[in-house]
Amino acid sequence: MKAINKLKGISALTAIAIGASVSFSAMPSAAWAEKVLNIAPMGEPASMDPHYVSGTWENNIVGEMFLGLMTEDPKAEPILGAAESYNVSNDGRVYTFKIRDHKWSDGTPVTAADFEFSFQRLLDPASATEYAYLMYIIKNGEEVNTGKAKPEELAVKAIDDKTLEITLNEPAPYFLAALTHYTAYPVPKHVVEKHGKDWSKPDNIVVNGPYTLASWVPNATVKLVKNPEYFDKESLDLDTLVFHTQEDRVAIQKRFRAGEIDVARDFASDQIGWLQENLPAETKIAPYLGIYYYPMNTQIEPFNDIRVRKALSMAINREAIVNKVLKTGEIAAYSFVPPGIGNYDEPSYVSWKGMSYKERLDKAKELLAEAGFTKDNPLKFTLRYNTSENHKRVAIAAAGMWKQIGVEAELFNAEVKVHYADLKQADFQIARAAWIGDYNDPQNFLSLLEKRTGANNYGRYDNDKFNQLMMDAEKEGDIKKRAEIMAKAEAIAMEDQPIIPIYYYVSKNLVSQKVDGWVDNAQDIHRWRYISIKE
Amino acid sequence: MINIGANADRLAPLQAQTEIKGRSLWQDARARLLKNKAAVTAMILLSIITLMAILAPYLSQWALDDIDWEADFPGAPNAAHWFGTDNNGRDMFVRTLYGAQISLMVGILATSVSLVIGVTYGAVAGYFGGRVDNIMMRFVDIMYSLPFMFFVILLMVIFGRNIFLIFIALGAVEWLTMARIVRGQTMAVKKKEFIEAAQAGGVSNRTIIFRHIIPNILGPVIVYMTLTIPQVILTESFLSFLGLGVQEPLTSWGVLISEGAKQMETASWMLIYPAAFLAVTLFCFNFIGDGLRDALDPKDR
Amino acid sequence: MLSFLSKRFLSAIPTLLIVITISFFMMRAAPGGPFDKERNLPPEIEANILRAYNLDKPLVEQYIDYVGNLLVLDFGPSYKFRDFTVTDLIFEGFPASLQIGGMAIILAVLIGVSLGALAALKQNSGTDYAVMGIAMTGIAIPNFVMAPFLTLVFGVYLSWLPVAGWGEGSFYNKVLPVIALALPQIAYIARLTRGSMVEVLNSNYIRTARAKGLKEKLVVNRHALKGALLPVVSYLGPATAAVVTGSVVIETIFDVPGIGRYFVNGALNRDYPVVMGVVVFYATLIISLNLIVDVIYSFLDPKLKVS
Repeated sequence: MKAINKLKGISALTAIAIGASVSFSAMPSAAWAEKVLNIAPMGEPASMDPHYVSGTWENNIVGEMFLGLMTEDPKAEPILGAAESYNVSNDGRVYTFKIRDHKWSDGTPVTAADFEFSFQRLLDPASATEYAYLMYIIKNGEEVNTGKAKPEELAVKAIDDKTLEITLNEPAPYFLAALTHYTAYPVPKHVVEKHGKDWSKPDNIVVNGPYTLASWVPNATVKLVKNPEYFDKESLDLDTLVFHTQEDRVAIQKRFRAGEIDVARDFASDQIGWLQENLPAETKIAPYLGIYYYPMNTQIEPFNDIRVRKALSMAINREAIVNKVLKTGEIAAYSFVPPGIGNYDEPSYVSWKGMSYKERLDKAKELLAEAGFTKDNPLKFTLRYNTSENHKRVAIAAAGMWKQIGVEAELFNAEVKVHYADLKQADFQIARAAWIGDYNDPQNFLSLLEKRTGANNYGRYDNDKFNQLMMDAEKEGDIKKRAEIMAKAEAIAMEDQPIIPIYYYVSKNLVSQKVDGWVDNAQDIHRWRYISIKE
Repeated sequence: MINIGANADRLAPLQAQTEIKGRSLWQDARARLLKNKAAVTAMILLSIITLMAILAPYLSQWALDDIDWEADFPGAPNAAHWFGTDNNGRDMFVRTLYGAQISLMVGILATSVSLVIGVTYGAVAGYFGGRVDNIMMRFVDIMYSLPFMFFVILLMVIFGRNIFLIFIALGAVEWLTMARIVRGQTMAVKKKEFIEAAQAGGVSNRTIIFRHIIPNILGPVIVYMTLTIPQVILTESFLSFLGLGVQEPLTSWGVLISEGAKQMETASWMLIYPAAFLAVTLFCFNFIGDGLRDALDPKDR
Repeated sequence: MLSFLSKRFLSAIPTLLIVITISFFMMRAAPGGPFDKERNLPPEIEANILRAYNLDKPLVEQYIDYVGNLLVLDFGPSYKFRDFTVTDLIFEGFPASLQIGGMAIILAVLIGVSLGALAALKQNSGTDYAVMGIAMTGIAIPNFVMAPFLTLVFGVYLSWLPVAGWGEGSFYNKVLPVIALALPQIAYIARLTRGSMVEVLNSNYIRTARAKGLKEKLVVNRHALKGALLPVVSYLGPATAAVVTGSVVIETIFDVPGIGRYFVNGALNRDYPVVMGVVVFYATLIISLNLIVDVIYSFLDPKLKVS
């Protein structure tokens, strides 16, 4: 705290600032050895109820209050959480969990019934949760959520107080990882039934994770403190977590420099040069499970022509975009699935990955000419992107690159709601899109190109062979074979090029040097329970 | 940001003065204006800026959307890029000039919209007086009390960033004060003999308003216009900051400044040049406005 | 006076109704809905959600419901912030906005009037030009440039004040946002005051007062300043509106938990009840303030009789 320092400087300003109606509360004193971590998650949480959040910034907060059957270790690998052990049936479809002996923060034991209740609540159509479909892998999950089955028919059953059985539709090797997701967190049955929708307010909330909600000032701060009932509370170093929900990245960066923020998630990339020069140790960049891509509307002219799609993709100089425009360590993308993903080998890259950029430009011109687009009849279309500094910069660069092969791309940006509403209706030619993995598995990415995915398959790509392979992979219990099938599917998609992969995301964090225990990982999930601070 | 009525009071001295002296008034005014050094300097500067904006395509080897892949992203000013390059390696000099085009156009067109609505509305209210006037001005009062900027933002959200909409929306905000001023002036003018003569001669109300009244209240209207233009330019920059500005690759000073503000420490040229152009332009309009007011006001102040 | 007040009060109701109606239908005309996002929802789930918020009803019915709920001060739920109602958000956020905005206006009037009066008294001197030059600059620098500049200098370089944040309402956290919000208003008010003060100083009654041999200080304080304040008072209405709009920027940059930023975010998120709530709330506020300004005006200006 810089209280004293600030006090000195302020005297001059107080004169100007006239004492009009000021609440003169003192700066918090630094004498007491409370260990506080100030975190900027880059967004205001929509709720403290894990079934009603949908953003990575919210996961920073609710992920510390609730413990799913599985949770993450410092590297974000799945480890046992609220379950102390589990068994999988031979066909890989039935999971039996033994619930750990632990309590809700009000002292009530956590039981299998809480989990049964939570999964039913998540999928109950009356709950109107947005993210329920992530649990469609559970038997009857989709049926319950779409009103074709009753919540009680969901295949999540409490055998006794401490035993929970979950049956899946297919053997899903990513299921344990999916259980670390916040949709799979338990909510306290007794409290939810008592308070209804208000259960997650600061006065009512009851949690089973390491930290519990102390206060929430909307548009300012969320404060978490140690949960006295947490089963492993001795391991916690931090007493208090303060989340500053401000979204202005430039301002957050200044607050970080001033020492007001210890960890800033997802910093602004336009300052990267300065950061690397001045705060090299604090600037953490790591590969992240996400793909930035431009889907093309494959159902309309001229994007139903594979030659046009290929030409447009080949003309993008991905190295220039990542090295010159973005400069934050993003990796040029030549596949749809990011490399380094779990349950998968190397992704299937586009066949022309090895060509030089010059060769690619020539080839692209050739392909366009074959498709009937020449100097006199140039290809013209609108490239849409949602409002954001980075999306704008990538779009400007892409349009500049296309100009080299005689393509005229008009830029059109709209705010995020309009952008995605139009994508949903397939009302676009080429647009900016991105996908961040929900869990560490290629299926989560490749399913976006399946016909049955519907609206999230923005470009309405539809290839029978691809669709079939994806369904085969789903039924395959052997992880290695499953990976091979999906790699084949991806190879087909890369040949068809319904989307232009641009770059694989990186996570960008500013972490103060006093923070210990930070481990960069591909999912960019950092549980504060493993973090400590040295003074 | 929006300061409806902030400038209205600067016209106070003008309200009293509506003597019609025919052509000589304007000649005198011009002479007085030309003696005002600040105003003359401002007019010259503004002409230069306007000319540069119009000639933008010919003043630089770079086009608005040219990316110089050799340059730094962003790069400091050098021989190839006089004002440096932006985050995308585009020339800041040419972008500042194109920004001038949009900003000046928004300023002038939106002000014209406010002029058309405000003058017509104010003249009608002032001319007919009585109940019509009461109702019409009560409506203006009501409009004054609305959080107007919010409606402009809503409009932009609904229709996307359409540049014509910006003109209309901002014009629609600024006409209120114009209407008030014109109404006051009209009330004063309509009691003059020549209006009564025209009325007696059976000239239609419409003709009287447009032929006789409006030409006689142009002085304050012009002054107010010069004060409204900078107001509108600033408001456009506010919209740009909220991400509701013009579409790429078009740009405006507002867009450039809000981008530059994010990098004031790391790429100061991205902020300084457009901000300097904006500031100089605003200064110019204000000096011209003040000069015009003094010139049209025969009282020696 | 009483009949004047009640008349104005009554006329506020149709004004508000117009505001509500326009913003309700404008908001709904915007493309994209509150639940459109990067990850499209399966149609069944979207239908569930729309039903849960009564968004599947005909628009007119929703409108009638909304107005009905307003009568009992129920602004409805927020689609984005599930744990708070719009009423919660407004009443939690308003104190912060009020403090920042109120202090900014007080500061603007005090400093603006002093500077303006100073410039007028020293008309055409160096002081005059300096004050007016600074005022012009204050107007020409947008506050989204001024605010980050202030944080950089006082927060990062000098470490005198917090860069941003609310610090549970600490005084230090308010200094920079208040200054940033007040600066353009100081400039406007200084110019207004100078203009009208010059006018008043040249007028007959001041000449008379001086001729009577009244002390200069008395002339200035008692007569000139009072006359010069009239346009400042009538500018307070628009100033409030400007501060409200300006707070959208200031609250974002300084992370002030006020309601200004709900408006823009709400509009972009299509969080209809939040947008409506902020508009209705601010419209009410501005209408009431205008009323107060009218009353003050009538006290200051004896010529103007409230009718």
